[in-house]
Amino acid sequence: MAKVTIDPITRIEGHLKIETTVEDGVVKDARSTGNLFRGIEIILRGRDPRDAQVISQRICGVCPQSHGVASALCLDSAFGLGDKIPNNARLMRNLIQGVHVAQDHVLHFYHLGALDYVDVADVAKYQGRDSELNSVKDFISRGQLGPFMPRYEGDYRLPVEVNQMAAAHYLQALDIRRTGHEAVAIFSGKIPHSVGIVPGGVTDIPTVDKITAFLWKVKKLQDFIDNVYIPDVIAVASVYSDYLEIGAGCKNLLSYGAYDLQGDDADLTRRKRLFKQGAVSAADLKLRELDMSCITEGVKYSWYEDSSSGKHPSHGETKPEYGKPEAYSWVKAPRYGGEVYEVGPLARVCASYVAGDPDITRLVDWALGELKAPKAALFSVMGRHLARAISAKVIADNLEKWLLQLKPGEPTYAEYEIPEEGAGMGLTEGARGALGHWIEIKDRKIANYQAVVPTTWNASPRDDVGTPGPMEQALIGTKVRDKDNPFELVRIVRSFDPCLACAIH
Amino acid sequence: MVKEIPLVWLPAAACTGCSVSLLNTASPTIKNLMVDPVIPGVHINLRFHPTIMAASGDVALGVLEDAVQEPEGGYVLAVDGAIPTGATAGYCNMGERDGQPVTIETRFIELARKALAVLAVGTCASFGGVPAGEPNPSNCVTLKRSLEQHGIDKPLINIPGCPPHPDWFVGTVASILLNGLPSADDLDADLRPKTFYGKLIHENCPRRAFFDEGKFAKKFGEEGCLYELGCKGPITYADCPTRHWNSGTSWVIGAGSPCLGCTQPEFMSLPYYEKVTDVQLPVVGAYWQSKEAE
Repeated sequence: MAKVTIDPITRIEGHLKIETTVEDGVVKDARSTGNLFRGIEIILRGRDPRDAQVISQRICGVCPQSHGVASALCLDSAFGLGDKIPNNARLMRNLIQGVHVAQDHVLHFYHLGALDYVDVADVAKYQGRDSELNSVKDFISRGQLGPFMPRYEGDYRLPVEVNQMAAAHYLQALDIRRTGHEAVAIFSGKIPHSVGIVPGGVTDIPTVDKITAFLWKVKKLQDFIDNVYIPDVIAVASVYSDYLEIGAGCKNLLSYGAYDLQGDDADLTRRKRLFKQGAVSAADLKLRELDMSCITEGVKYSWYEDSSSGKHPSHGETKPEYGKPEAYSWVKAPRYGGEVYEVGPLARVCASYVAGDPDITRLVDWALGELKAPKAALFSVMGRHLARAISAKVIADNLEKWLLQLKPGEPTYAEYEIPEEGAGMGLTEGARGALGHWIEIKDRKIANYQAVVPTTWNASPRDDVGTPGPMEQALIGTKVRDKDNPFELVRIVRSFDPCLACAIH
Repeated sequence: MVKEIPLVWLPAAACTGCSVSLLNTASPTIKNLMVDPVIPGVHINLRFHPTIMAASGDVALGVLEDAVQEPEGGYVLAVDGAIPTGATAGYCNMGERDGQPVTIETRFIELARKALAVLAVGTCASFGGVPAGEPNPSNCVTLKRSLEQHGIDKPLINIPGCPPHPDWFVGTVASILLNGLPSADDLDADLRPKTFYGKLIHENCPRRAFFDEGKFAKKFGEEGCLYELGCKGPITYADCPTRHWNSGTSWVIGAGSPCLGCTQPEFMSLPYYEKVTDVQLPVVGAYWQSKEAE
């Protein structure tokens, strides 16, 4: 029996520790520890409800935009605006969130995930004329290799030329994700922590110059996703094909759906969305209707008072108790109908896939065909990377449609009064999965605010009955070839694209 | 021969928005910053940055453990996020020693002692920011306060903003590489470089003419000055109106939103969408003049 502890897990957002017990080369137990508590839900109490949209974005600087949307939807519903958001505003929210999520997927594959598979050191052998690669070659020859060295050594399998091409794509992706952020700024001022999405709609108005500028940034992003990102994911998955078989986890998937295609239904669980709402299990691959009353958050193994355990987030509590016996994480343990559920691109793509969405079905079947892999392979490390790339493509391909539906001169904002008392719920899909915000208003102030965030689900510790969270389950049973260079563990963890500032907030 | 300037970047109670903003640097690009000599003959060697570095776990922490063994002044330390302290110092940990978690406060102090200078990146590191918002559940303090609490006297530059514009960070670093550490005259009373934080938003706002005419927007999407919708431009020092964000694409007021005052120590203590009532208008800078008179 050996403990293999990885603290910090890098190339994710935030402070995460993974602790495993390895016996005969196999992970027998795994614990996921979130290591930073700020208490943003506590800080929100007593403030003007409108401030929630500003402060909840600060839960995370990698995925602020989705918090902005979840919070705005939550405030819309609390202010009685759930079915009154003007069409222009609905579309602009889709555009702002969509282009942000699509660039975030690019960031994840190249800048967070790729160094687990790509050996950048092979650029030292580069003989061609690409000036970018030659500048990296110069950098390597100077011998100061931060931040690319040190690293785990061993399991890099791509041929030299492919490593060199992947390094070039890593650099190209830096420009592409910056372009994606520029598109966000067109309608939302700046990013990270943009200002355009507010309860009632958006602050900006669509003008032809902004529409055109946005269009061509989207086209650049689309071109990269189609011709670089998706082929690269397929190439990596082909060479690391054993990762189509490991890291499955709990095999239950949950999606809240995202990108509103209609604005006149106040019920977010039924509203027509680009990605479908619902729960899917690997056992039968059938879509079950989303029932938000099924969600509870347990804290038996989290550093919060036990009295707050098992509550629905609409009246959830956040009462820190650091050092509580048996507890080992700041992440709470959300469960759906008492069961463990994974969220993320895999969940939203699978929800739409089993619902028969034609575009997503075509893409998923094509990707599985390229890899000669069965549907079961979706529940794996590479399955998550594939689903993320498909999520990026589906979003990017719809941006142009939404953009051309904008009507300059028509309203983008609905006026309202902050109610004396009220409650609201906002649901969307962040880049990393199902994201919910809940508010309770008293005396026109925030009486309670709760967020259950994608990585709260995925990085959750054990629940009150002792069942490990999705990431923990994905690690347990994994073979570790070299415990000093535990590639398998970090590859599994990173396939979830964890975001710890989000998870704990 | 290229001179190497090591940079260690430590995330404290942060959201990583400051790092993501730095990824958006347009000229130089982030690739130029990481790989190329960013100033001819000088390369910034990013030795530790958990969001992008290849290494994980002990391999990554080894870089930090080595850094604190080196002679003083060998690297620049950049920190995003505030520092949880006291009984709640354990609310932010990174890595272990002898099976016990190491607080980010301990990491910061160890690294700061040996650093050439400390850069507080963002409003949380500079002024406490989001986690230090009332009631400050993790007893977060600014880097300045944390250094004082541990009796460390070290050059400190605050680069606030939620997040800071990448130019503010890159420009501050470039200035150190070209001219050495800033003199006291280069910084304002809040230790912000005057180059970037020398003027109020209000002074250079393109909607200023509306303000002077008394034409105020009453709801989002309307023409007019955003003062009545809560704009903090009259009390906020930053060059956003002329610099613009995300490669010069737009900025907060350009998208029809009031300035939220994110470069200020007051960022978390004023409601964002309520008028700043005690400003004596229309005199530019009157708010701060009245504060000084108090």
